[in-house]
Amino acid sequence: MSSILIIAEHDGTHLNPATAKCVTCAAALSGVPITIAVLAADPTGVAQQAAALAGVSKVLTVANAANEHPMAAVLAPQIAAIAKDFSLVLGPATTFGKDLMPRVAALLGAPQISEIMAIESATRFRRPVYASNAIVTVEVAEGTKIVGTVRAASFTAATTGGSATLEAATPAVTLPTHTRFVAVSAASSDRPDLQTARRVVSGGRALGSAEGFKLMFALADKLGAAVGASRAAVDAGYASNELQVGQTGKIIAPELYVAIGISGAIQHLTGIKDARTIVAINKDAEAPIFEVADYGLVGDLFEIVPQIEKLLG
Amino acid sequence: MKRILVGIKRVVDYNVRIRLKPDGSGIVTDGVKMSINPFDEIALEEALRLRERGAAEEVIVVSIGTADAQQQLRTALAMGADRAVLVETPASGGADNQLEPLAAAGVLLKLVEREQPMLVILGKQAIDDDNSQTGQILAALWDRPQATFASKVELSGEVAKVTREVDAGLETLEVDLPAVITTDLRLNEPRYVKLPDIMKAKKKPLEVLPVASLGVPLERKTKVVRFEPPPQRQKGVMVKDAAELVAALHAKGLV
Repeated sequence: MSSILIIAEHDGTHLNPATAKCVTCAAALSGVPITIAVLAADPTGVAQQAAALAGVSKVLTVANAANEHPMAAVLAPQIAAIAKDFSLVLGPATTFGKDLMPRVAALLGAPQISEIMAIESATRFRRPVYASNAIVTVEVAEGTKIVGTVRAASFTAATTGGSATLEAATPAVTLPTHTRFVAVSAASSDRPDLQTARRVVSGGRALGSAEGFKLMFALADKLGAAVGASRAAVDAGYASNELQVGQTGKIIAPELYVAIGISGAIQHLTGIKDARTIVAINKDAEAPIFEVADYGLVGDLFEIVPQIEKLLG
Repeated sequence: MKRILVGIKRVVDYNVRIRLKPDGSGIVTDGVKMSINPFDEIALEEALRLRERGAAEEVIVVSIGTADAQQQLRTALAMGADRAVLVETPASGGADNQLEPLAAAGVLLKLVEREQPMLVILGKQAIDDDNSQTGQILAALWDRPQATFASKVELSGEVAKVTREVDAGLETLEVDLPAVITTDLRLNEPRYVKLPDIMKAKKKPLEVLPVASLGVPLERKTKVVRFEPPPQRQKGVMVKDAAELVAALHAKGLV
């Protein structure tokens, strides 16, 4: 393995913490230089944040107005052009990376290893399959160029304190115009981001209504936590889709996960396996969530949650 | 003719709790219920709705797999697909029997070249290997737009407006046709198959193409060397009330 390229995820202003987790994943191959690529309309600010990550030796910036909103069809040809000399190209296994990296892999003619949990060597990787009900070890032949996405929940973020060199790149590629950004409706919130929060309060179908689900926001604010939801709560319309935690939603690894009125379907548990401490509150003592909870409390959530809020002062 | 090509994969049913083979070579599939990958069922439903609205004239469903996958193609025909194509792979066990996403996309590209669809709709991921790659790779090889993780699709003329489920919320893209769309859970709820439709589906065309006849490089670049169970979490303690819970979390410095 001669060199690693990590594709930065950002919103034009801030580097997404998932990028720092990719750096930790890549650092398992000690002695292999790590480069981060920042593609943006104006990459300056984000590039500085990337350059400050410990373990990064170089930051490549690609400035192009077409990169204002990340679109795989537009980004992939630029990345494929700058990735030519790298042996491993990584991106986060977020919706950004899941959308983009296979398109990069296709242009490079390289295999992609999705949701990397661990790099065991330059040719050996571990990743989950079957909704994390099995872990596979995948091998490639020596010298194979590889693309990968990194499972954020498996890694801590790299620390800052680095001082990588910045270098501008101008990939000579024609960008397609067949894909156009229209809008993004981000639920703007002062709460921590669900994907990276240290604490998460998550509600299920037992909340009974969108009105009832507001209880989660109140408790989350008390704890300085992000809010999550089970698929059942999202499907029922109590919570919006970006809050969904689980196999088909977000896979998270907070220090504290409080599951309220969530029975604990296997698909939900997949999303919280790496949480440090799980608390479950449910009126059904037989709910599967109690099998994985560090602290379980059986009872009526509409009584218990206000009590907890009060106790937290 | 305005065609939509839908890819479906035969996978272990969503509700089956998988078991690993004792030697770590794969998972047990003997006697296990197999179904259409749930995201692919959503892809097919979307294609059928577009045809029913008059936005398309023909829905072709394609699967890449062993002869057994004909069962899932018949189900897709019963749901309403007009015809089916099985790209048949040799039957043999083992995790490495399946095509890698790059090869699967290469196979789909051959069918795209033959059928000239206006739209290809695939599930966002298969629930067995959880790769989430094939649609994006196909779009790249075809040099056409991709709109992944779709929760809403609107066609008007030569353009599709697609709402996507992204980490930040919902994103809307406009893509020129032809394009590749991959489906997320909330795009639609697939219809149930009725008995008369199952009978009718038996008469619909199902073409079988040996995968080797397509001239796509199939050699794997990755090799699965071992399947292991995931680490299990230990069951913790039960507390009697809110006060005991908050005290315990305080003691651990979590609140």
